[in-house]
Amino acid sequence: MTASTAPPSAPLLAIRGLSKAFLGVQALDGVDFTLRHGEIHALLGENGAGKSTLIKTLTGVYQRDNGTVALEGREIAPRGVEEAQRLHIGTVYQEVNLLPNLSVAENLFLGRQPMRWGLVDRGAMRRRARAVLQPYGLSVDVTAPLGRFSVATQQIIAIARAVDMSAKVLILDEPTASLDAQEVAVLFKVMRTLRSRGIGIVFVTHFLDQVYEVCDSITVLRNGRLVGERRTADLPRLDLVAMMLGRELEAAAHRIDLGPAEVDSRPPLASFKGFGKARSVEPFDLDIRPGEVVALAGLLGSGRTETVRLVFGMDRADRGEATVDGRAVRLKGPRDAVRLGFGFCPEDRKKEGIVGELSVRENIILALQARQGWLKPIPRRRQEEIADRFIRLLDIRTPDAERPIQLLSGGNQQKALLARWLATEPRLLILDEPTRGIDVGAHAEIIRLIERLCADGMALLVVSSELEEIVAYSRRVVVLRDRRHVAELRGGEVSVERIVAAIASETPNVAGSGAEVRQ
Amino acid sequence: MTGALQRFLPLIVTTAVLVVGFLICAAQFPNFASWRVVANLLTDNAFLGITAVGMTFVILSGGIDLSVGAVIGFTTVLLAVLIEHGGWHPVPAFAVALIAAGGFGAAMGGVIHVFQMPPFIVTLAGMFIARGLGFVLTTDSVPINHPLYGELNDMALRFDFGLKLSLPALLMLGVVAAAVVLAHWTRFGANLYALGGNRQSAELMGVPVARTTVAVYALSGLLAGLAGIVFSLYTGAGYSLAATGVELDTITAVVIGGTQLTGGYGYVVGTFVGVLIQGLIQTYITFDGTLSSWWTKIAIGVLLFVFILLQKGLLTVWAGRGGEPAEA
Amino acid sequence: MTLSAPGPARNLPQYGALIAVLLANWLLFPDFFAIRLQDGRLFGSLIDVLNRGAPVALLAVGMTMVIATRGVDLSVGAVMAISGAIAATMTGAGWSLPAVLAASLAAGLLCGLWNGVLVAVLRIQPIIATLILMVAGRGIAQLVTEGQIVTFTSPALAFIGSGSFLTVPMPVVLTIVVLAVTALLVRATALGLMIEAVGVNRLSSAGAGVNTPVVLVAVYVWCGLCAAVAGLIVTADIRGADANNAGLWLELDAILAVVVGGTSLLGGRFGLVLSVVGALIIQAMNTGILLSGFKPEFNLIVKAGVLLVVLLLQSPTLTLFLPRPKGARPIGTVKPPVAPTSGGAKP
Repeated sequence: MTASTAPPSAPLLAIRGLSKAFLGVQALDGVDFTLRHGEIHALLGENGAGKSTLIKTLTGVYQRDNGTVALEGREIAPRGVEEAQRLHIGTVYQEVNLLPNLSVAENLFLGRQPMRWGLVDRGAMRRRARAVLQPYGLSVDVTAPLGRFSVATQQIIAIARAVDMSAKVLILDEPTASLDAQEVAVLFKVMRTLRSRGIGIVFVTHFLDQVYEVCDSITVLRNGRLVGERRTADLPRLDLVAMMLGRELEAAAHRIDLGPAEVDSRPPLASFKGFGKARSVEPFDLDIRPGEVVALAGLLGSGRTETVRLVFGMDRADRGEATVDGRAVRLKGPRDAVRLGFGFCPEDRKKEGIVGELSVRENIILALQARQGWLKPIPRRRQEEIADRFIRLLDIRTPDAERPIQLLSGGNQQKALLARWLATEPRLLILDEPTRGIDVGAHAEIIRLIERLCADGMALLVVSSELEEIVAYSRRVVVLRDRRHVAELRGGEVSVERIVAAIASETPNVAGSGAEVRQ
Repeated sequence: MTGALQRFLPLIVTTAVLVVGFLICAAQFPNFASWRVVANLLTDNAFLGITAVGMTFVILSGGIDLSVGAVIGFTTVLLAVLIEHGGWHPVPAFAVALIAAGGFGAAMGGVIHVFQMPPFIVTLAGMFIARGLGFVLTTDSVPINHPLYGELNDMALRFDFGLKLSLPALLMLGVVAAAVVLAHWTRFGANLYALGGNRQSAELMGVPVARTTVAVYALSGLLAGLAGIVFSLYTGAGYSLAATGVELDTITAVVIGGTQLTGGYGYVVGTFVGVLIQGLIQTYITFDGTLSSWWTKIAIGVLLFVFILLQKGLLTVWAGRGGEPAEA
Repeated sequence: MTLSAPGPARNLPQYGALIAVLLANWLLFPDFFAIRLQDGRLFGSLIDVLNRGAPVALLAVGMTMVIATRGVDLSVGAVMAISGAIAATMTGAGWSLPAVLAASLAAGLLCGLWNGVLVAVLRIQPIIATLILMVAGRGIAQLVTEGQIVTFTSPALAFIGSGSFLTVPMPVVLTIVVLAVTALLVRATALGLMIEAVGVNRLSSAGAGVNTPVVLVAVYVWCGLCAAVAGLIVTADIRGADANNAGLWLELDAILAVVVGGTSLLGGRFGLVLSVVGALIIQAMNTGILLSGFKPEFNLIVKAGVLLVVLLLQSPTLTLFLPRPKGARPIGTVKPPVAPTSGGAKP
């Protein structure tokens, strides 16, 4: 597993005490990170851990506030991507930052094309492109536009460009997020080849299996702080998950009695069989009954968000079927879901939730109005009543209902979005990270609200990274890992320990088969 | 090499349309398949072709230039005023006109880049300004009677097999050839495509965005100025209302030529073929004699629609490898 | 409802500009505000501004809503030509006025439907989608008139252009009617809200269950209808249809009117009345330039100047340096040149 080259005295990259704050928010707080020659080093952490800030500081997108970065013992402070590139730090992002309309060769040599007589020597460029790609086992038509190749191939080409521009440090930011298993295998082969050439690779991913498959070391960040650096071989999965989620688990927690699973015999409100979408989430079965909270737990990128997006029709499932009240239904888009009485508060509030320029009132009544159709406008007075009622009920802090929603704080925007759906009196409310980025007070209110809604007979499907929160309000928790529903915990089985154990489990369980969790 | 076939498909389709169109014309009119018709086709559309080359570059870079027609009109007026009223020799007048047109384009490019304004609206303002400046110089159509104009118009390259290429035709062919080299054999060309493909990625990959943006609008202005010179040779006059609507004809030629209006994909040669197709339709209608001129516009509109749909279809196929929205 | 939501204070610049231009005209031409009644119809420079501004004001009404959805309709000038051509030709052929009006308006509706389907269903960029009809539309108009300038003598149709109702010229009356109907249509229904929602954030709106394709098609259809009415007025006014020149470049004036009226090209909040004010500002400037003895050619340069100034005031680069008025469009609607990517400042 280790590099073939002898490690030189100084580490390839040594980051010490790195700090970076944005508008008073400490994104990185005294973080150390060490990358050795010929090492694949996983950089792990949940949302807000500081991974992207670390990477962007390294690649010169941000300037650090404090700390040192040394490359082979020499202090560096890149002020831009290009400078980082010149300092031998190459980055490849999940959404490949190459140009799909240019040929493979042009992508490899953009800005540094071989020239002859003042003109680009296209023949030489093609030949050199083939030569550059050859070590990666990639024999593609280098004159074809990049966009015609799979994401995996594009990623390898991006890596090839970065390495060819003399990278010693290669940062791979979630390169596998949209690859299938075979493509991942090819990518890993490339990574191992590069490692054997002495290149240090920083690998950011959300897939634990991949970490254990290819990485030599692991550094875990949480809330902008370093949790620890370990050799992969010395770090059991459960401990890793605990590090990421920030829980000190007692050894005893590893073994839990399997309580009898409560079986709910009521007919489900909505039921999904073999529902799934290629490259998004594996087919899953899911029943949701009235008056129950079903939580989806898992690490970032485990398929939680993808699942709820399929359920609401934001993305279209390409397999499986959905039934509501026992009748087969089609979920072609959000409008179908809204008609069925579903509501959805997305994770990305700004992009997919709020209509920023419109007032709080308009945002609250939007879904109700959309369902009624444009011909039946809600009278202004009724709109105000609805808005005022929810502003009071949910304690939305705004001077008045006419304020543009984009001027509200995140928590109040979230509450306004909740109000939007509550105004439609939904039968199933889907919440994706409802408490993300929300202050503590609002946090507790939203949880109380979830419990109250549930008591009123509404069904809730909640995605959350906050395990305590999930345990507090859920009677049923579906655990996801690597885009698969791996376990379902019911009633008394629901506990933080069990969820963590299920996330860390190595053998995928069949969804819905109860909590058979192995450590 | 099915890949290459697919890549050049818009270009192949365009060329096929031109060839089939020419064959239909030749079959219908006995005199059509002659070098004279070809030479006229090239001469009559020279100014359009030159302008369209500049437009192709702008569109490839993800922008648009609505000012080209107005710049042509302004250039003809400027030339007429300098030569006839100012008593200038045409050659320095040409130089001044080219510098003015290029500078005008560069200024628009600068505004677009610095103020991050939509090219559509900036060049619209540019169109108003250029037309207005032309009007301010003179609202009359001023004939240009300098002897050099006659000499230039008589200049032609004659081939043994009967083809006679006029100066405008030669200029257009030269511009197209130079443009092909510029697009595919220089870093500037690669940067243009990169900018049109994805501005952010291009920036990350080290493309000088500011310089390229200013340069491409300057180039478009410069070529519109050259087209203005050709137009004044062709019509022997300067008139501020000259070349009205040429911006649309050039955009149409660019699209029919297979260039994506969203930028990043396309070929200069395709634009050249697109210009010829438009010219061919016009020539057909002239030959026919019974058909009315408005069929040109309708035919071009239909072609435009078909080609936009074709592009849309191709793009969908290319983008078919779904990038899933992932958590980030 | 939502239409005047920016608040009266925000509309001040537009009204102020209109008043300033009118006052400038008055200074140049002391009789500017003189209005006289002749043959049961009002005359005077001010009336002239209203009358001549009517076609662009009508186009601006339709264009406002298209722009509010982040679109643009380049074909309105061509649609005017088509509607005018149909009206003149049918009148010449002896059809009754109601049939003529119905046919012209139906043509506008069809054109709008075509644009709307291209934008909403085939998802073609609005500029490109409407370019097709901009090019072909004039050909269609010429097809209808067979290339001739078709004149007619029917007083019934001519009344629309040069008649008057309660002493007010018909074009002004029609503009007011269309403005009122449009305002009613978007204010008395939820359409206005949906249009703004789609324009601000199509994804969020779709997620809330708004039928975005229908909203988009409706907006383009209405824009086509407005253009058809404008075409009728122009044709009726000159008692003839000139397929080549009717409505030529008016799409640009309409866009200018909307921009001057304060509706952002980035979509969202829109003000119908303000767009009409914008159209009047442009017309008043035209009249002023004519009255002041300048060549009408200066019009274009002045227009360009106005356009640039208004756009500069909206430019994201400039707004970065200016204090943002309360409740104004935030910078966030446009990506700043270099900004931290998706995660924002807190990754």
